[in-house]
Amino acid sequence: MTIDLTLVLAGIIAFGIIMYVLLDGFDLGVGILFPLAPNETGRDVMINSIAPFWDGNETWLVMGGAMLFAAFPTAYAVALPAFYLPIMLMLFALIFRGVAFEFHHKAEASKAIWSTAFFAGSALAAFAQGLLLGGLIEGVAVADRAFAGGAFDWLTPFSVVSGLGVVAGYALLGATWLVLKTEGDLQAWARRYGQWLTVAVLGFMAAVSLYTPFVDAAIAERWFGGLNLLYLSPVPLVTAAAGFALWHGLRRDWETAPFVLAIGLFLLGYLGLAISLWPNIVPPTLSIWEAAAPRSSQVFTLVAVSITLPMVLFYTWYAYRVFRGKASTTGGYG
Amino acid sequence: MGFEADAVLLSRIQFAFTIGFHILFPTLTIGLALFLVGLEAAWLKSGRPVYLHLYRFWVKIFALTFGMGVVSGIVLSYQFGTNFSRFSEITGPVMGPLLSVEVLTAFFVEAGFLGVMLFGWNKVGPRLHFVATVLVAVGTLNSAFWILAANSWMQTPAGAVFNGQHFVVTDWWAVVFNPSFPYRLAHMLLASWLTTAFVVAGVSAWYLLRGEHAEVARKGLSAGLIAAALLAPTQVFMGDQHGLQVKRDQPMKVAAMEGLWETTRGAPLLLFALPDQEAEENRLEVAIPNLASLILTHEWDGEVKGLKEVGPEDRPHVAIVFWSFRVMVGLGLFFLAVAFYGLLARWRGTLYESRWLHRACVAAIPMGFIATVAGWITAEVGRQPYTVHGILRTADSVSPVPVAAVATSLTIFVLVYGLLFATYLYFVHSVVRKGPDYDAPLPERTPKAMQGARPATVLPAE
Repeated sequence: MTIDLTLVLAGIIAFGIIMYVLLDGFDLGVGILFPLAPNETGRDVMINSIAPFWDGNETWLVMGGAMLFAAFPTAYAVALPAFYLPIMLMLFALIFRGVAFEFHHKAEASKAIWSTAFFAGSALAAFAQGLLLGGLIEGVAVADRAFAGGAFDWLTPFSVVSGLGVVAGYALLGATWLVLKTEGDLQAWARRYGQWLTVAVLGFMAAVSLYTPFVDAAIAERWFGGLNLLYLSPVPLVTAAAGFALWHGLRRDWETAPFVLAIGLFLLGYLGLAISLWPNIVPPTLSIWEAAAPRSSQVFTLVAVSITLPMVLFYTWYAYRVFRGKASTTGGYG
Repeated sequence: MGFEADAVLLSRIQFAFTIGFHILFPTLTIGLALFLVGLEAAWLKSGRPVYLHLYRFWVKIFALTFGMGVVSGIVLSYQFGTNFSRFSEITGPVMGPLLSVEVLTAFFVEAGFLGVMLFGWNKVGPRLHFVATVLVAVGTLNSAFWILAANSWMQTPAGAVFNGQHFVVTDWWAVVFNPSFPYRLAHMLLASWLTTAFVVAGVSAWYLLRGEHAEVARKGLSAGLIAAALLAPTQVFMGDQHGLQVKRDQPMKVAAMEGLWETTRGAPLLLFALPDQEAEENRLEVAIPNLASLILTHEWDGEVKGLKEVGPEDRPHVAIVFWSFRVMVGLGLFFLAVAFYGLLARWRGTLYESRWLHRACVAAIPMGFIATVAGWITAEVGRQPYTVHGILRTADSVSPVPVAAVATSLTIFVLVYGLLFATYLYFVHSVVRKGPDYDAPLPERTPKAMQGARPATVLPAE
């Protein structure tokens, strides 16, 4: 039996993407909630709660780009020109946000500017990622293994809704992270916002899920053909249950569970997406096998990944462990 | 034709601008990371607070610089695809894995341990903190290794065959250790270390000129100038070796660097010239006879190939390569002179008093960055009109993206990076002006467990 390396690599990239979404998701979310914080002390705690982690979290995005380039060069070469403008928007937003982070704690007179940049960068980066998601679901025009559409193909009402959905989703991850990492007034505030955001996120997930089958007959067939809906029904049902538990836990005094449940919501949404799009890497026509790199590149990449990724996961876990416990006003940047 | 040519040119300018901006930051962090390892080792060994003060001071500048490197680096991992999608499709099987290994062995390591390095003094023991500092330095070296491997492959491709759709790798060893890689890796690492040596020496000299922070400044100046005295001559030697390799593998790049149109025996070294691409000649030449041949072939009458060996469409832009090369070499000689001056002052015992030396060091602070970027311009413009030298043309590498989209993103990049750079300099300047913080409590130097155990270990002999 031979192992399908393309499938393994697709799995690794999918893993890298969800790691990025979950990890940078919560710190982007903290940025999105930043201007709503009850006071300046709260904002300092919020920054400190993510200071040791943010650039490690963002590295998963670089990994996603590089691995796509390595393992699925055709997908990389088709999708990136297709989403030229939203990708540039995302990059500019991440740049602003990253430096705002570094400069915020050094600034005195200009602190308000960097707070604004931190918020705007976080929100725009999340929105741009949502545009990418929406645009990808709606599909990319491909001819002769290259992008064959227009510069604004990605801009539709659906992609805007998806953009807002990702903003709300990251904000929810951020709120539940703050419930985990803070205490007192700030935590109570995060709980309040978390409840509203849970409702909003479930709404966006429902909207995206209901619209997606109309994009492409193949996706509709995947969900509704034969008995498929019966087999796949656990996905929406578990999502609803997790959403309810999250909302409930935020009203009670659960501290860790809301963050875990918010992650669970993302994983379920991701699973639903995978069911809809499989086996395409650039819908509606480019499958993972058509986009895959030659075998020699797959082998090299896989060897490198299997040696280094376990180490990356280990010391990422270690860094989170070192900085475990509640964040304070002095814990991060002094 | 005009439309497409513009999109190609704008994409090239955008890539050159964003990567040129980015390289400024790793150039410093590659060197500073090693300097920090040395400082922390000295602190752990000797316990003298001056090393810790230096560490804490330079780690602030390291963190600011590293942050700029991270945000400007993310852009690059996507820009191959957004602007050079044809190149990405064709070379992805070679470039992609190299960049992936860079992410896995460098970015993750740096990001994972930088948090511990900056915020972990009181959370982990001194040994583990030192391990974090070392790992961050190892990460920066890994990053240089893999990115230089990828870039060098574009200069001197090896180990892969083109199958009409992709380059398919047949020999990864040959891909990574392609003919120009060892030279270019050494040249870049030396450039980083030399730049850092002059940044450290320059900031220290600035304090001495102002009569501030004497102890910290003396240590910094001394260390910076010793490093420069070792590195500057090494870099001259390495540059010479690299030049021989480029002459062998990319003769048209060397011809452009020398401004040489006709293949010549005993080629002159041009001190000044205005190369004219259209007329295929130079104006206002000031030349030293035979010197270029002597340098490039180590023979008085050696032959150097001229640009007319190939058609006009296969030549790089001569004036840019010619002048960026001269800026780099000129600054290299300046570094050699300052380093020698430093040795002389040390021998005379005036290292900490010589105001002219200190002024020269302050002047040298930005020069390493300028020399490094000039060197990269020489290397990358000299590779034109190809992305993969001799095989894939730049014009055949770009994305099907409208020129207006590229023009928009380029404009925003220029504005955003300009603003960020000004802000970065402002904050670095304020860190430097504030100087080292002597009041922060000293962290523990030995693990807590051992401190308790120590009296008991001093047992009388039985």
